Amino acid sequence: MTSPSLLTIFTALIQRDIKLAWSQGGAGGMTLGFFLIAISLFPLGIGPEASTLAKISSGVIWVIALLACLLSLDRLFQADFEDGTLDDLSLSPINFELIVIAKAIAHWSATILPIIIFAPLLAALLNMPEVGYKMLLISLLIGTPALSLIGSIGAALTVALRRGGVLLTLLVLPLYIPTLIFGVGAIEASITLTDPAPHLALTGAVTLVALIISPFASAAALRLALE
Amino acid sequence: MHIFANPARFVRLANQILPWAIAIMALTLPYGLYLALIASPPDYQQGDSVRIMYIHVPSAWMAMFTYMVMASASLAALVWRHPLALVAGKAAAPIGAVFTALALITGALWGKPMWGTYWVWDGRLTSVLILFFLYLGYMAIWQAMDDEETAGRAASILALVGVVNLPIIKFSVDWWNTLHQPASVIRLDGPTIHADLLGPLLWMAVAMKAYFIVTFLWRMKLEINKRKLAVIQMNMVNAHG
Repeated sequence: MTSPSLLTIFTALIQRDIKLAWSQGGAGGMTLGFFLIAISLFPLGIGPEASTLAKISSGVIWVIALLACLLSLDRLFQADFEDGTLDDLSLSPINFELIVIAKAIAHWSATILPIIIFAPLLAALLNMPEVGYKMLLISLLIGTPALSLIGSIGAALTVALRRGGVLLTLLVLPLYIPTLIFGVGAIEASITLTDPAPHLALTGAVTLVALIISPFASAAALRLALE
Repeated sequence: MHIFANPARFVRLANQILPWAIAIMALTLPYGLYLALIASPPDYQQGDSVRIMYIHVPSAWMAMFTYMVMASASLAALVWRHPLALVAGKAAAPIGAVFTALALITGALWGKPMWGTYWVWDGRLTSVLILFFLYLGYMAIWQAMDDEETAGRAASILALVGVVNLPIIKFSVDWWNTLHQPASVIRLDGPTIHADLLGPLLWMAVAMKAYFIVTFLWRMKLEINKRKLAVIQMNMVNAHG
């Protein structure tokens, strides 16, 4: 029997995680539900005045996307850690850095991508000016992979803890701030009809830095947890 | 560096450094405070509120310096598994958190008379606030895990990831042109701050550095003693059990 190639394992891992996310009580659906409900609370809490909502719409959508991402993160490695799948994977030819990237991709496509798809609908509910829609999608697409990647560090660090959720929040949220600032900055720029390109470039830069740092940091944390 | 892998040797060295550090602190802190609060002239624009700077700026420097110490210790702990590195990181974190808090608080107090507000979401302020959260996160991991070794190495990973924030703090005043003034002491073309103000500032900086060395070494010795105690207790339990 020939051993499967790295790419085969890599894609199999991604497919498996996406399937699990949507079948096991629907973590992806739950996150999406949280996103929809949390955003609908803002008009109720702040008041339905259209101009106020328009002003805060881009920030609200980004912040809730960030929190929704956080909500699903603590299960990123935990289920596999508890049932021994991670131990199995540590014996397979694929290394932890690739596992982390595979899991981040799966997490992003199972839980964040649905949020992005629904974002323009919610932007309409929050009365965001229509010129901002395109930039909302672009900035979310460029920025949110950083959320999954950076989040994987926090998830890996707290994987062995029974109640790691709150700690995970404390660890990950500060690292999310740059993405939030630049992501919202791009939308605001396009709404005020200035050039959003610098903000987008910075959002992309954060994602790229996260892509470089996160796999190594998360892999180190996972090895530590399995010791 | 591995000469100091032996805790006993490290404690001997620390005991040699400590009296000097305490002496420097005891001399520079009162003198620096005297210069800063009484002897130096008030600023022509800011009046007496400029005196907040003599606490604020050295605290901010120390907040970043302490993070560098903690991050370097974390690197040594992860790469070379230096036995004292985890102790050093653990000892540095609360000191750094307090310096960061001091910088944020004095900054807010200074901001009210100067800018008319305690807080703005300016690049420098926000990135220093993130620094404070990183310190808290580092300490929280230490507390969350029972096994000291695992907890320390997990915290070290976070400390290293957080290093990204340091250049952001340093260059934030150049990148985001908001309320916080640009660098005026550490810059390539020399300080742009007047000598009357620079003197007390440097005295306070030396005093705070000495304070850091004193508390850092104390906390490291304390941590080593705690571990010794744990070993002794374990041996006693084993002997009687």
